[in-house]
Amino acid sequence: MGSTVSIGWSGLAASLTLVAIAVVLSWRLRLGLERSMLWSCGRGGVQLLVTGWALALVLRPNASIAWAWVWVAAMVVVAGLTVRSRAPEVPGIFRLAVVSTAVVAVVSLGVIFGFGIFPIEARAIIPLAGMMIGNSMTSVVVAARRVTGELRDKRLEIEARLALGLSWQDASRPHLREAMRTAMIPQIESTKAVGLVFLPGAMTGLILAGVSPVDAVQVQLAIMYLILGSVATTVTVVSLGLVRRLFTPDGRLVSMVRPAT
Amino acid sequence: MPVAAFAFENVSVVVESGVTILEKIDLTVSLGGVTVIAGPSGAGKSTLLRLCNRLEVPTTGRVCFEGTDIAELDPLTHRRRVGMVFQRAALFPGTVRDNLRVANDQATDVRLVEALDHVGLPQRFLDRTGDDLSGGEAQRACIARALLTDPEVLLMDEPTSALDPDARHTIEALGRTFAEEGLTLLWVTHDLDQVSRVADRCIVVIDGRVADATESAKFLADRHH
Repeated sequence: MGSTVSIGWSGLAASLTLVAIAVVLSWRLRLGLERSMLWSCGRGGVQLLVTGWALALVLRPNASIAWAWVWVAAMVVVAGLTVRSRAPEVPGIFRLAVVSTAVVAVVSLGVIFGFGIFPIEARAIIPLAGMMIGNSMTSVVVAARRVTGELRDKRLEIEARLALGLSWQDASRPHLREAMRTAMIPQIESTKAVGLVFLPGAMTGLILAGVSPVDAVQVQLAIMYLILGSVATTVTVVSLGLVRRLFTPDGRLVSMVRPAT
Repeated sequence: MPVAAFAFENVSVVVESGVTILEKIDLTVSLGGVTVIAGPSGAGKSTLLRLCNRLEVPTTGRVCFEGTDIAELDPLTHRRRVGMVFQRAALFPGTVRDNLRVANDQATDVRLVEALDHVGLPQRFLDRTGDDLSGGEAQRACIARALLTDPEVLLMDEPTSALDPDARHTIEALGRTFAEEGLTLLWVTHDLDQVSRVADRCIVVIDGRVADATESAKFLADRHH
């Protein structure tokens, strides 16, 4: 690795210049977003600083690697809680989200460390798990909402299929496919556009930290492929699990209430 | 004593919110002919119909089909024996051919043309999509689709309520023809003129109960005048 980078507190403060401009614009144009922008910057800053402090403890040279795995387990639970708060109308979403993100963590970290892509050490486990789980979490919310929405809004079509003697799996398949496509397409598009429009975070961070661009690209590509796989795994686990919950064992679609808008 | 198509024995349906949709229903639906279930909106007519092909299940009591409790029958096989046509034409994306093949993926084009002919639609409709059909044509395509599973009973859930008078009369005539061919029809409607046009028998449902003879006569008479 090359030289390390430290921007210091003054650099951090300077990075808020554009936020200050945006706040002034919001105030002058009466957009009413000043408070939200300041709150999100403040909250994000505190969260990351606390995370950085906790990471420093876990990443101490003499710290047990078990703490890194505890951290991953906590991420899975927090992801479940976050998903539940974003999609409260979806029945049993907490359990599904926890199961799917746990599956993603096990599979993706298994691939990463099983194939020796990165060494098994705390400084690799935590950020990599964070990227996999974080990206999957967004997909869980989209997949869960889309599956529930499709099955609720297309009730007539689904019951018409059931009435023809189709199984619940066959009756829901066209709608499940649509929901899964919607949940996966953003990640697929983002993977297609990478490098052309934006340079992803991990690669940018490595280059800023002095790593050669080719090495940074290799790391980024590995992460990107794993994220795409994680998103696909999560969307599949959540969608299949959810659609099963929305039918009774004798193949009736359960009633679903449209959430208040 | 002949076996009834459907026998409801002390059937109640209470939904999750605690609202009672049907209360202690006891009735039999004879095999053959057109049995109409009439009643005001919200009386529980559609729920009663949906119990017949297990899109709903009773909270208490049981519904028997030809003497066997529906809960003991394989739902997929049962639903193919008891077809259903919904209030709005529920055509799936794709052509009419695609729709018919959902009901019977082994059916040849000749069989599909016969199915369309049975509901008075010409062969050229096979390649049309739902967007190219009028409401009445779409509903007839749905009836053709339901008939492709060779059902013994056809459930009609207000199939003409969204149609113009011509289309309504076409579907009523089709219903009568099917009944004469030996199919049992259970037809829900709130249109009492339709009762007189299509019904061999009429069951009146009011507030989740089967109305007695006096209530039924009063309901039918009141709505006529």
